[in-house]
Amino acid sequence: MNNTDIKRITPKNITDKEFFYGHKACAGCGGSIAVRLALKVLGERTFAVLPAGCMSAVGFIFPQMAFVNNAIISTFPGSASMASGVSVGARALGLKDYKTVVFAGDGGTADIGLQALSGAIDRNEDIIYVCYDNEAYMNTGIQKSGLTPFGTKTTTTPAGKNIHGAQSFKKNMFEIMAAHEIAYAATASIGYPQDYIDKINRAKHTKGTSFIHVYASCPTGWGIPTETTVQIAKEAVDSGLFYLAEYQNRKFKLNKNPKSFFSAKDYLLKQARFKHLTDDDINIIEQQRDEKWEYMREHWK
Amino acid sequence: MSNKKLFISGDEAVAIGTKLSRPNVISAYPITPQTVTVERLSEMVESGELKAEYMHVESEHSAMSAAMGVSAVGARAFTATSSQGLLYMAEGLHYASGGRYPIVMMNANRSLALPWSIYGDQRDSLSLLDSGWIQVYVEDAQEALDMIIQAYKIAENKDVLTPFMINLDGFVLTHTYELVEIPEQEKVDEFLPPFQTPNKMSFEEPKNLAFSTTPADNLEYKYQQNRAMFNSINVINDVDKEFGDKFERYYGGMVQEYRCDDAEVVMLTLGSITGTVRMIVDKLRDEGKKVGLLKIRYMRPFPEKEIIKLAKNVKAIGVVEKDISFGYEGTVFTNVNSALSKIDNAPLSLNFLCGMGGRDVSKSDIYNMFISLFNAVKGEKQKRVQFINMGVETDE
Repeated sequence: MNNTDIKRITPKNITDKEFFYGHKACAGCGGSIAVRLALKVLGERTFAVLPAGCMSAVGFIFPQMAFVNNAIISTFPGSASMASGVSVGARALGLKDYKTVVFAGDGGTADIGLQALSGAIDRNEDIIYVCYDNEAYMNTGIQKSGLTPFGTKTTTTPAGKNIHGAQSFKKNMFEIMAAHEIAYAATASIGYPQDYIDKINRAKHTKGTSFIHVYASCPTGWGIPTETTVQIAKEAVDSGLFYLAEYQNRKFKLNKNPKSFFSAKDYLLKQARFKHLTDDDINIIEQQRDEKWEYMREHWK
Repeated sequence: MSNKKLFISGDEAVAIGTKLSRPNVISAYPITPQTVTVERLSEMVESGELKAEYMHVESEHSAMSAAMGVSAVGARAFTATSSQGLLYMAEGLHYASGGRYPIVMMNANRSLALPWSIYGDQRDSLSLLDSGWIQVYVEDAQEALDMIIQAYKIAENKDVLTPFMINLDGFVLTHTYELVEIPEQEKVDEFLPPFQTPNKMSFEEPKNLAFSTTPADNLEYKYQQNRAMFNSINVINDVDKEFGDKFERYYGGMVQEYRCDDAEVVMLTLGSITGTVRMIVDKLRDEGKKVGLLKIRYMRPFPEKEIIKLAKNVKAIGVVEKDISFGYEGTVFTNVNSALSKIDNAPLSLNFLCGMGGRDVSKSDIYNMFISLFNAVKGEKQKRVQFINMGVETDE
């Protein structure tokens, strides 16, 4: 999992060319940052497949098409299978030196798109699947998804006296992907852009299926100032509520292992979606975090 | 020189027709009674006689999603399904036709749950008449094979660019063996050139496809889709002729008439039951009765013109179908009556619902349908919608 055999892309040599612009995403959209950076790394010989979700909704409104490279919207459950078809179809026609990438949200990945994604990994399709995780169905108006964290107030998990928001924890997508013995999987955050770029680059140079789970903040859905998008995505990692890791060749690697965490409480309570959390709720969140880190530190050296 | 003939099932005929059409990618998920088709295709890919990629997708929804991806880069896609699988990919059917991806799909007509049944009827495909796919119903294995080849030619026509569903009755056609003439690959290649489409992603001319529209633009897309479907009528007829000229088998295009010239009573059919009805027409003709048969080949586009032309000269029309739209009548019957409503002094029409869940329809059943039509012509009151071969008496 070292990147020494790949030419590193850094702020000094990353292309000035834009592949995703003129779209209608909200101010401070983390998902659009994830798409923009990934395409700068992948380049123009890329087919992008996007299921229903924020990035397809804001990028493809006829006649204003926001992708410079080839791009197509898939059905909501069918992004991994359409991308498979694109990849295989192009190969069958004799095309060489191209990549197929999916940009799907958390619901499109962990819920409705999981079956097709599992099938694509099983076939080891030569595709990169990027899940931009803003932790709810944002495009439809902030409803709970399988990646919505415990305690989150969404429009379908209201925070009231009886129930304090979402009652389930985030589905463990990264390890579900790894359990497929996928060619390459990683977690990333738009708060750590160099790490994210490195991982997209690693995926670009991986034969077979890659999965990158990128934490992508959403000011609209999270209730944060738009200018704090990148900062909050960094704090999610620093507080230990998200983590940066890779999986390849049956080995896990923790890319960042902080000695101490940024305050989870501070991270949570600056967001409108967590404002209602009690100390007990936060204790549950911290306990779950600590158990996870204990496991990761022991098993993912 | 006599052409090569093989004793094969309908499923195998579809597989051979597909191989001869040189698809680039096959994406399919197994479902009874389609399975033999995809088994044969996977064997052909393994042996190398079919140079295509075979994608083992995890569901019918993904079979269709993958086929759209294949088509969206300008490659030729094939898939096959049946019944529950067809409905599982229903979202993709509308998507493929809206995206103008000329995918060709075989559908083994099978009953829909509940109750579960693996046997044949036509409720699966008929419930998706509005999905924007060309739908043809074949009568035998030969027609199934030939229609796969024709399907690509029609679907990929630049004025059509519409996906194409070939329907064959589950088991009755898919698993019944017949002597089938196999066209020569060289002649098929002359007939069906490689797929070319402007509607694709490429690195020479990058595109954003399958996009959104606002209410200001949506209707124009739907209008064009409808136009493309109507455009396909001429293409269907031209391709039928071109195919016949080359392979010496003509199917009649939108419909196939049998002994209709001076007929007073005509039965309209869909699929494999046509053969049985043809026998009864001969029997009744021998008895001096003026009867005929109109095999509806295409349900979409609908052969309205052909039905109207026929209806102007007959006294009664029967529609026999393996389908029902609950709370109304058979879907084919509704479509036929819609055509009849456009002429003055339309003939009377009766609907014979039968064969659902694979129930047998015998020659005497069909004979009795004709008798009912003659009785209606004589002025005797007949039920407009008749359930054939019900196991119980009803007090309707």
